[in-house]
Amino acid sequence: MSSPNTLKVLFFARLRDDLDTNEESLVLPQGVTTVGQLKAYLCQRGEQWQQALSTQGLFVAVEQKVVDWDTPLQGFEEVAFFPPVTGG
Amino acid sequence: MILVQEADFNTQTQYEALRQDSPKIGAIVTFVGLMRDFNEGDDVSSLFLEYYPGMTESVLEDIREQAMQRWSLNQVRIVHRVGELAPSDQIVFVGVSSAHRGEAFAACEFVMDFLKTQAPFWKREQTSKGQRWVEARQSDDSAADRWKS
Repeated sequence: MSSPNTLKVLFFARLRDDLDTNEESLVLPQGVTTVGQLKAYLCQRGEQWQQALSTQGLFVAVEQKVVDWDTPLQGFEEVAFFPPVTGG
Repeated sequence: MILVQEADFNTQTQYEALRQDSPKIGAIVTFVGLMRDFNEGDDVSSLFLEYYPGMTESVLEDIREQAMQRWSLNQVRIVHRVGELAPSDQIVFVGVSSAHRGEAFAACEFVMDFLKTQAPFWKREQTSKGQRWVEARQSDDSAADRWKS
């Protein structure tokens, strides 16, 4: 038995503009155990989400570290989606 | 030393912090990135730099540590600005000190190449056509890739 996993989900830059949100609190739905599954779950919300999260080169970070799409979410608190970086 | 800040930085102060660190230093290489007033064929009147507080600093620290492990360096300093910037404003400072110039040159380029492709910063430009997010460049990925061999 595991307790419901509540995640803070963050969106940056163009993603935040396209989604009209920078942060949400999300109780992990059943069947969503990896960051890739979380992305697929969010995409189901509609065209706006589907398009924003289809950004080429989209990054995902868990606990502020960039990770692969098959990374498990259980036990973590912060997930961030963001477009390719353009600093410097 | 890693700094992410809205305020401008003084290159002389940064340079002196590198120079006076140790008498074993024989070379200091510094790089300063500035805001251009053009991009993709359009005039750019201002720039907004967004970042991911916490993660940005830790990615920069990780890049700094990688450089310190890869070359024999005395010190690596990175300062990156965020917020609103105007043309000719300083954006980023990278300073590297070492016994010999070869390592300082290489490490300075390495830090910039990885900063450009891994550190979570995003630029939004104000042009005569409106606001737009700057697109990542393939040439920046290629520049970072060459250090993998």
